[in-house]
Amino acid sequence: MLSINKASERDHLVIALNGEVDASNSVELDEVIQEAIADNAHKILLDGSELEYISSAGLGVFMSYLEDFNEKQVTFVIFGLNEKILNVFHILGLDQLISIKNTREEAEQALYEA
Amino acid sequence: MKHELKLYCEKSRLAELRVFLSGILSASGLNEITQNQLILAVEEVCANLIIHSHDCNPLNHIELEVHINQDTIIFEIRDSGKAFNIIEYKSPEINAVIKEKRKGGLGLLLVRKIMDKIEFETDPSFNTCRLIKRLKSK
Repeated sequence: MLSINKASERDHLVIALNGEVDASNSVELDEVIQEAIADNAHKILLDGSELEYISSAGLGVFMSYLEDFNEKQVTFVIFGLNEKILNVFHILGLDQLISIKNTREEAEQALYEA
Repeated sequence: MKHELKLYCEKSRLAELRVFLSGILSASGLNEITQNQLILAVEEVCANLIIHSHDCNPLNHIELEVHINQDTIIFEIRDSGKAFNIIEYKSPEINAVIKEKRKGGLGLLLVRKIMDKIEFETDPSFNTCRLIKRLKSK
């Protein structure tokens, strides 16, 4: 099960994931990010503190937008990942390609300093 | 010890696969990070078969056997769809995945990084993919 919440805060968008992302529902995550880009969001925070599982289908969604983020100067920061999920990002080296912070405060700081 | 699961070829069944694996692995004494890695690797192979070899046909199924031995855990995944030789498949470079804005291709890379050994066999009735993890290795 996955639920996705979107909220606007100050100058940024928070996308909060709750549950498990796999091949059955990664399209939902894809739609939310696509919408955010279409709405010209320039600062996106992904709250992963309630994310319990992610497979390559979900990781692939993030990867597929890295070029768009670059081209459209979108700052995208993930925070709150538990150690199991952080480990999965780490195995593929995605923690080198995506900005990942421990806490919301650190993530916001990264968002507004960029 | 041996555990078996018959998994129907629908993506919505992946959650059921995770519950099955987590039940087995939680009794294994492996830490949570390793348990999650193993669940992920098995799911990646099964998701791949469900989507690419079986076109998500819910009438088809995959058979999974988990053998927990003294020094290894072996996940044996059998199906009778189009043979997908995981050993011959070349995973894409991460940079190419980003450039081409691909959403797929990372799964089997994960499997290779997580497992210690991968075997694949095919005969006219079944394809068998064996994922082997050595215990106390990493």
